[in-house]
Amino acid sequence: MFMDSLAYIGSRAPVYLEVLLQGAGVTVMITAGSFLMAVFIGLTLAILKTYRLSIVNALINVYVELFRGIPALTLLFICYFGLTYVGTRLNPLPAAIIGLGLSGGAYCTEIFRSGISALHHGQREAAAAVGMKPFMTMRYIILPQALRITLPPLGNYAVGLIKDTAVASAVAAPEILFRARNLTTETFDTAFIYLLVACLYFCMTFPIARWVDHLEKKKASQS
Amino acid sequence: MAETKTLLKIEGLRKHFGALNVLNGVDLSLGQSKKLVLIGPSGSGKTTLLRCINHLEVPNAGHIYLDGELIGEERRGDRILRASASKLASQRREMGFVFQNFYLWPHLTVLENVALGPWRVQRLARKDAMTLAETMLEKVHMAHKRNEYPERLSGGQQQRIGIARALAQQPKVMLFDEPTSALDPELVGEVLGVIQELAAEGRSMVMVTHEIRFARDVADEIVFMDGGVVVESGSPAEVIDNPRHERTQRFLGQLRVG
Amino acid sequence: MIGLLSDFQSFLAVYPQKWPSWSYDITRAVVVTLKITAGAFALGLVIGLVVAIGRLSPRKSVRRMATVYVEITRGVPSLVILFLLYFGLVPLGIALDAVPAAILGLGISSGGYIAEIFRAGIEATHRGQREAGLTVGMSSFQIYRFIIIPQATRIALPPLVNMLITVLKDSSLASLISAPEIMLRAKDISSTDFLPLHIFLLVGVIYCLLALPLSLVARVMERKMFAGLGARL
Repeated sequence: MFMDSLAYIGSRAPVYLEVLLQGAGVTVMITAGSFLMAVFIGLTLAILKTYRLSIVNALINVYVELFRGIPALTLLFICYFGLTYVGTRLNPLPAAIIGLGLSGGAYCTEIFRSGISALHHGQREAAAAVGMKPFMTMRYIILPQALRITLPPLGNYAVGLIKDTAVASAVAAPEILFRARNLTTETFDTAFIYLLVACLYFCMTFPIARWVDHLEKKKASQS
Repeated sequence: MAETKTLLKIEGLRKHFGALNVLNGVDLSLGQSKKLVLIGPSGSGKTTLLRCINHLEVPNAGHIYLDGELIGEERRGDRILRASASKLASQRREMGFVFQNFYLWPHLTVLENVALGPWRVQRLARKDAMTLAETMLEKVHMAHKRNEYPERLSGGQQQRIGIARALAQQPKVMLFDEPTSALDPELVGEVLGVIQELAAEGRSMVMVTHEIRFARDVADEIVFMDGGVVVESGSPAEVIDNPRHERTQRFLGQLRVG
Repeated sequence: MIGLLSDFQSFLAVYPQKWPSWSYDITRAVVVTLKITAGAFALGLVIGLVVAIGRLSPRKSVRRMATVYVEITRGVPSLVILFLLYFGLVPLGIALDAVPAAILGLGISSGGYIAEIFRAGIEATHRGQREAGLTVGMSSFQIYRFIIIPQATRIALPPLVNMLITVLKDSSLASLISAPEIMLRAKDISSTDFLPLHIFLLVGVIYCLLALPLSLVARVMERKMFAGLGARL
């Protein structure tokens, strides 16, 4: 009996995997899109913050504080269902990218801000002393170093983001989990299918998590 | 010379870390109320020897006796076994240990650092532990800082508190591991002053130090170690002023030049 | 400009109109959200402590198991864990209710992160401080109790509060296994009243209001990590 069901599952596994891997492609697209958006927002706002304009900084702080407190799922629903109220009907994929990108942007602002502020202000002064303008200082002195400092937290963010894309299934974006749900309604192999899904996500996140560990170990051994 | 009772005895002590032999058979003894100073180049095994006495490092061979009692080991018939953790803990209470880097507990005030052992380990009443700690802080002239946190104090002050913490155990012997090596030069004096006062009280102590002049003033016996063995030992007049061994001469010569 | 402003006013005017009919469902749903959050976080703390101790165990097999736990929970979405518990166990004859499944699932996934927070706190105490405890005659239990745990707690508190915020936000996932918390109620309301923007914005504000005090506490604690908060004898 047990062997029978094992054999059955074994015969179905390639079918499931094919469907889920198509979903993985969509997961990667959502991840890449919202990651780029989050990094763009985060970097822009973090640099803006260094100009110390009180109103701008206050607005940025409000954005960061608000979007860090709102669940990704809520943002997604605002983008997908909410905007229909003002006449905009987004497709699931752009809605997911924008929702995750906005909340990621708040997160990345904090990552880049702490990366930039970790650099000693003496470096700014030294750059000014050799005659660099603020823009050049940012471009050639601050950013290259800040980006290196922010690599581990950015990697951690990417891991979290891949996992968060699973919420896109709730607005019918055809990513891994959405396809898995469809499969389960057809076949009832729920345990097996969701375990496959878990493995798939793990395979996508594990290399990044390892890379982050490696970076952090390297940093620890240098200091 | 009148025979004094032997307080601390070390027999055939060996210790290696992996392939590195640090102690290659060390024998020493310390009489009651005596002061023994260990000198020698870095890597000679002085610190490891001191840590072995307290079983912070477990020796690979050899035995340590305090007041005739085996430290860290128990005799069962003719076999000798590792002592239980609680036995070792109570034996460590008999020895005060002062670290090169103080290792005060940063989450506790000065007074609490000194009182924690008496209160929680010796199980004195809280009030009595505090009173005892006050007394010990007065001994090291730090009573006025009792409510400060360690990180706000200078290295010299922290080390004096480290000494008070060890004294509060009311130990039979004090072990000092390079107590002034981590200090700025201008802070060394206050710590050595405190140790000198303790010596004058007639406390038994073993000290690792690079302060040769201090060693000559305080020590009853100087032990020069190199390569994990005792090269020569004797009174300060013998070892420091008239060293017999070439290695001792070279070491002392380097210290005077530097 | 004036048109936009009056649009905005009429947008806001919906809330006082609709609130009486929403308030009952939403307040009840907030209670469920808080219940899931508190339960999952408590479970996460217990799992985290056990796993952290496992990761510092002298036995290699125990360390390996704890590490695998941390890595799996770090790599698998909470939502997938929720689905596994809620849908995946049914064929095996185990049908969990939505709220217990949510508490269990979010507790399992936060446990891995909390373990890492605890471990970092414990490892932050210098070896020398333990040795100082040994020389005073403390047992290893006493060293944990009087030296390591008080300092580890202080280091771990700010990230723990941040973790609590994450669990609060993740509790919204429970709506997808039909636990009657804020998001599920909001979805119900939006499909009956056709005011999706209003209701989901309101939900966003509610989450923010719940999270804001926590993030303020975390921020203050980060600043005061070594001053104040004296774990006195």
